[in-house]
Amino acid sequence: MYRYDELDQRLVDERVVQFRDQTRRFLAGKLSDEEFRSLRLRNGLYIQRFAPMLRIAVPYGLLSSKQLRMLGHIARTYDKGYGHVSTRQNIQFNWPKLEQVPDILAALATVQMHAIQTSGNCIRNITADHLAGVAADELLDPRPYCEITRQWATFHPEFNWLPRKFKIAFSSSTLDRAATKVHDIGVHLLRNAAGELGYTIYVGGGLGRMPMIAHKIREFLPELDLFSYLEAILRVYNRHGRRDNIHRARIKVLVKSLGPAKFTEQVEAEWAELKDSYLKLQPGDIERIRARFDQHSYLAPAAADDGSYDARLAADSRFAAWAKRNLRAHRQQGYMAVFVSLKASGVAPGDITDAQFDALADLADRYSFGEVRNTHDQNMVLAEVAKKDVYAVWQRLSELNLATPNIGLLTDLICCPGLDFCSLANAGSIGVSQDIFDLFEDLDYQHDIGELKIKMSGCMNGCGHHSVGHIGILGVDKHGEEWYQVTLGGSAENDATLGDRTGPSISRADIAGAVEKLIQVYLEQRESPEETFLDAYRRIGMAPFKQKLYGGAEVVAEDEVAA
Amino acid sequence: MSAPAPVTVILDGRIVENEWLSLADDAALPASGKVIVSLKRFRAERAALDGSGLAIGVRISNTEDVATLAQELSGQPLIAVEIPKMADGRAYSQARVLRERYAYRGEIRAQGDVMHDLLFNMARCGINAFELRADQDAQDCLHAFADFDLAYQQAADGIETVLQQRRRLAA
Repeated sequence: MYRYDELDQRLVDERVVQFRDQTRRFLAGKLSDEEFRSLRLRNGLYIQRFAPMLRIAVPYGLLSSKQLRMLGHIARTYDKGYGHVSTRQNIQFNWPKLEQVPDILAALATVQMHAIQTSGNCIRNITADHLAGVAADELLDPRPYCEITRQWATFHPEFNWLPRKFKIAFSSSTLDRAATKVHDIGVHLLRNAAGELGYTIYVGGGLGRMPMIAHKIREFLPELDLFSYLEAILRVYNRHGRRDNIHRARIKVLVKSLGPAKFTEQVEAEWAELKDSYLKLQPGDIERIRARFDQHSYLAPAAADDGSYDARLAADSRFAAWAKRNLRAHRQQGYMAVFVSLKASGVAPGDITDAQFDALADLADRYSFGEVRNTHDQNMVLAEVAKKDVYAVWQRLSELNLATPNIGLLTDLICCPGLDFCSLANAGSIGVSQDIFDLFEDLDYQHDIGELKIKMSGCMNGCGHHSVGHIGILGVDKHGEEWYQVTLGGSAENDATLGDRTGPSISRADIAGAVEKLIQVYLEQRESPEETFLDAYRRIGMAPFKQKLYGGAEVVAEDEVAA
Repeated sequence: MSAPAPVTVILDGRIVENEWLSLADDAALPASGKVIVSLKRFRAERAALDGSGLAIGVRISNTEDVATLAQELSGQPLIAVEIPKMADGRAYSQARVLRERYAYRGEIRAQGDVMHDLLFNMARCGINAFELRADQDAQDCLHAFADFDLAYQQAADGIETVLQQRRRLAA
């Protein structure tokens, strides 16, 4: 956990006072709806379909037990008893009252939390690998870099009124678990041939109605030049990004219209002016941030793994089934990362109750150094559990309905709040996810299908990342009815790819069945159980899936929303 | 010729009387005083303006690349930047570059949709004069400059940043 120093704390406290005054002026009629909208969005407060929605920042997804208990308290006191993990590792509450939001923010500030820049056309939460610091394939922990970038982005005076929202993600591992190539800026930590630490910079990725994979604009940026380079990118964007059309305003459109080469040239020219300025970091700057992260003292391997884990695996098949799906390796011998599934039947993906927040806090304190992480797949992780404790953790998670053994499987699908909550949505997501859940509830069947990422969004804005789902589902409005477009073959990992459309959209009644048909094609055509859905699709292509979905019928002309 | 519009101006953190007349391109020059003209007019009538005895400020659109005009305007006492609406942040980049790269020392004045909640960041970017929108409470607006007493980023103002304080404490 990063521990605030008094300066971090003062800024958050001052923001609470500022927002309280903005709310007061709005309620007193001194700020127009439109003005207050811009101001509250910069504090994560949306006015949604039924009530305000408050999005709370969880930098790089990391939460302390104390923070979890506060989230539980907020869910109980100000909401209807639950919160929701978003696809950018944040936490959302769907039912707070506008006039109570300053009090909620004041409460959050006491546990070093806030809602700063969780919405609005500014630099949003900095995200990272949910296995940061524990992954075996990691060069070094990216979170100190995320934190220093969070600080740089917080209340940045020049970049608070950008053409559109701006998202930055970091990755430091062989496998990109942070979907960096579908972010406005993706930063990959690496060492160059000389052994120096630095970053590869990708710009212009994004989902939404114009999904694009980011372009690499710099192979190696030295470690201490991070801020100057980010400022150069942001300044080029702030000056030249389109402001006449909200759907063309993301940096990806600027990169595309200039061409990556020309865009890079502009950034490099700006950077040349900035690189030797005060923006250059000093080595101690990063070290001081690193030093404020808690260090964990691990048990010796023999003490962490007393042999009971293997014995339980052999003796308890339910435990073994869960362990197979919901555990990941930890770089420390004798430890495991335990995934907490927020994808139980009958629960909207990513939802978590006040009691679950509290219970997870207890588990974290007892077994995982008091920390939990949110994943962008809308689950949580107790990332550092000694093997000897894994069985006890599983038992408790089972009691809490947080042990569905489906991580990475079909029912571990991600979806946005959809028409049930969101005022932007064209169609429901949560109901469809439940239909899919019902069809595939048999876990053996799911295990047989294997690794599969289904991602679903209720509208073109793509909060559910449908474009990079192995199976993507996008809700569209067709003459007042909910219909769904299906894409295949997307991926947000190293091989980042946008999915291909299958054809005409599918009705609400048929969409879950359509997923089942796609799965049947895969099961019939795969070369072996080791060949995943994604691999099989890449090998055999769209034709057999299309044939199964639409039969031999001529594909009718499209009439949905233009891209 | 009319007097400067009765607009409330905050200059360097104080409410002051507006001394500058913002002139349309086709309006005649007054006999004396301070005027703000568009960049276009400034370029077209440079000699006449220089010889007019007036103080000449220049209004630039927020799409201008200040690199192309910083030298040209370096001797003018005022550059006005435009805030066409709250959500348009281009002038912030212009102001910072004028102050930090070209060391412009004159007044940088924000005109347009200039309201309470923008003042703090504008000031950080080097804008030091604000023509407040008519509905703004000037006294209330003065408080905006104290919304925060520290910042993470160094910019065009003198705030000691978090990074600087940490370095100082560590030294």
